[in-house]
Amino acid sequence: MKIFRIHALICAGAQCLAAGGNGFEDALKDELKKHDLDEEVSLVETGCMGACQLGPLLVVYPEGVMYIKVKPEDAKEIVEEHFLKGRPVRRLMWKGEKAELPNLSEIPFFAKQTKIVLRNCGIINPEDIDEYIAQDGYEALSKALFEMTPQDVVQVMKDSGLRGRGGAGFPTGLKWELAFKQISDQKYIICNADEGDPGAYMDRSVLEGDPHSVLEGMAIAGYATGASKGYIYVRAEYPLAVKRLEVAIKQAKEAGLLGKNILGSSFSFDIELRMGAGAFVCGEETALINSIEGNRGEPKKKPPFPVVKGLFGKPTVINNVETLANVPAVIEKGSKFLRQFGTEKSPGTKVFALAGKVNITGLVEVPLGTPLRTIVFDIGGGVPEGHSFKAAQTGGPSGGVIPAKHLDVPMDYENLPALGTIMGSGGLIVMDEKSCMVDVAKFFLKFTVDESCGKCVPCREGTKQMLEILEHISNGKGEKGDIEKLEKMGNLIKLTSLCGLGQTAPNPVLSTIRYFRDEYEEHINNKSCPSNICKIEGGKNERKVAHRQTA
Amino acid sequence: MDKIKSIEELRKLREHAKQSLKTRQGEAKVKVLISMGTVGIAAGARDVLMAIIDELEKRNFTDAQIIERGSLGLDLEEPVVAIDMGGELIYYGKVTPEMARTIVAQHIINGQIVSDWVIAKGNKK
Repeated sequence: MKIFRIHALICAGAQCLAAGGNGFEDALKDELKKHDLDEEVSLVETGCMGACQLGPLLVVYPEGVMYIKVKPEDAKEIVEEHFLKGRPVRRLMWKGEKAELPNLSEIPFFAKQTKIVLRNCGIINPEDIDEYIAQDGYEALSKALFEMTPQDVVQVMKDSGLRGRGGAGFPTGLKWELAFKQISDQKYIICNADEGDPGAYMDRSVLEGDPHSVLEGMAIAGYATGASKGYIYVRAEYPLAVKRLEVAIKQAKEAGLLGKNILGSSFSFDIELRMGAGAFVCGEETALINSIEGNRGEPKKKPPFPVVKGLFGKPTVINNVETLANVPAVIEKGSKFLRQFGTEKSPGTKVFALAGKVNITGLVEVPLGTPLRTIVFDIGGGVPEGHSFKAAQTGGPSGGVIPAKHLDVPMDYENLPALGTIMGSGGLIVMDEKSCMVDVAKFFLKFTVDESCGKCVPCREGTKQMLEILEHISNGKGEKGDIEKLEKMGNLIKLTSLCGLGQTAPNPVLSTIRYFRDEYEEHINNKSCPSNICKIEGGKNERKVAHRQTA
Repeated sequence: MDKIKSIEELRKLREHAKQSLKTRQGEAKVKVLISMGTVGIAAGARDVLMAIIDELEKRNFTDAQIIERGSLGLDLEEPVVAIDMGGELIYYGKVTPEMARTIVAQHIINGQIVSDWVIAKGNKK
């Protein structure tokens, strides 16, 4: 193949020819001959390039310069200036290309987000401590160690209003203060990274994208409470997060940011990884402690709370990944920092994992108190074409649904319980009108039935009974009074279960009954599923396909 | 790495790290940043990474640095590849190995942004 210095592509689509392209090509050939360039420049006629309103078009490689609306009389200038002297003719070039790209912070998905926890995710290389340090990493730890007493740190955390992001929303500063006041030879910090909610993965993303922020948060927590040892209880199903944590811990130890006498101070803090035991209940703090100790992952009665008597019987602070990732930002920027965002009682931001029937899925970090409408429609781009928003499930199997009429309620730690759901760890599953609410409740309840540890009766037996009633309803065998029975059992289980798993397990059922009671009644009274999801035998819309005889 | 023994040393290291991040950009003409969280990998980021390395090698282009990062949060567009040629970052979404080869040829080698596949441009931080 002959090698040319320049490839000039001329659009020879019908539109460009009609706009006078042909005359230009001839003029260009003449000019090339005149300057003895026809051996160096290859002229190629191409098909339509698609930008017909700008034609005739000429594209010149290797530079990839695109000339638009060229006329025969321009050929001389292009050949003499560009081909001969290498100076593209700016007058004829297409300039629109760069300006048309939107800025990342301007596209709707990012425009309404506030990144505090995810500040470094996707920005830095998680396996290089230098990059974290360059983003002001470990500044908060050094500030705490050299400019603040442990009491100061606790006070800043209390004033900041940060609440635990694991779900319950307990004020972090208060938890630290309680641990600080305990007198003990040994205290522990545990990072709860046993993220079990189906559909929630914000903790994984933080551990994978910015592991050092969690390590720094733990070290600060250790300094504030007087703990010298930390454990990260991380899901074994997150191999990449485990690997990056291992790398990060090793680098931090080598750099002297973990271990003995951090940064030359008298404070020592060490972190160890513990793999999760693979059960949902191990995310419950007392079960988690049991699991780290090497025992069966079953919850214990509270009180005594872990801050009094936790891991190995010593005072222990358990914080969630997202909470700990907030800590360096709070310490570095002061107690007022989080108050710029969110509401009076719920300052700061929350990361939600947006999934389900929504156009743009992903992780979104918004100020607390942002209405669901903003998250689903402005950031998530709404429900796919042709369908309508029916409800959204927050808090995974421990939470409930938010129906369309409450789309404008601010999402914070006060309003969600009032709606019968919880903040949870931040899973947000959007459902459209094709989702059957009985089926949704059944799905989540089945999950908790499987994951119940079996220690206490209400959770072990009660949820199983509720599931059976739900299965009856969805099979068309529901009876009058089933709904009332579900409500009664649900409320009883909530009151009498030992741990958070059982206390929240009936939530999906209770909240779907609260907002979609008519759907339950339709299943029971008319033996039909309005969304045509449940397989009701003999019902109005029985699925014939399943019973079709083979010919 | 040597142990950091005081806050001054940490700050010194920070200045140094910031500088070296800057000079590294000066050294390598092109930085290729790939989202390699679980989501990205599940969407095929590793194949894209291999395609980019292979294409750069094939074209004997050594002035590029390939960096793995965490997830940006925009999972719908994974695998996300960002190209940094000294100016703004250009983010490409839903990149396949074939697209990656085209991006190497057009954007990295010839400096032409493949605008059809761009999600957005971004500021460097």
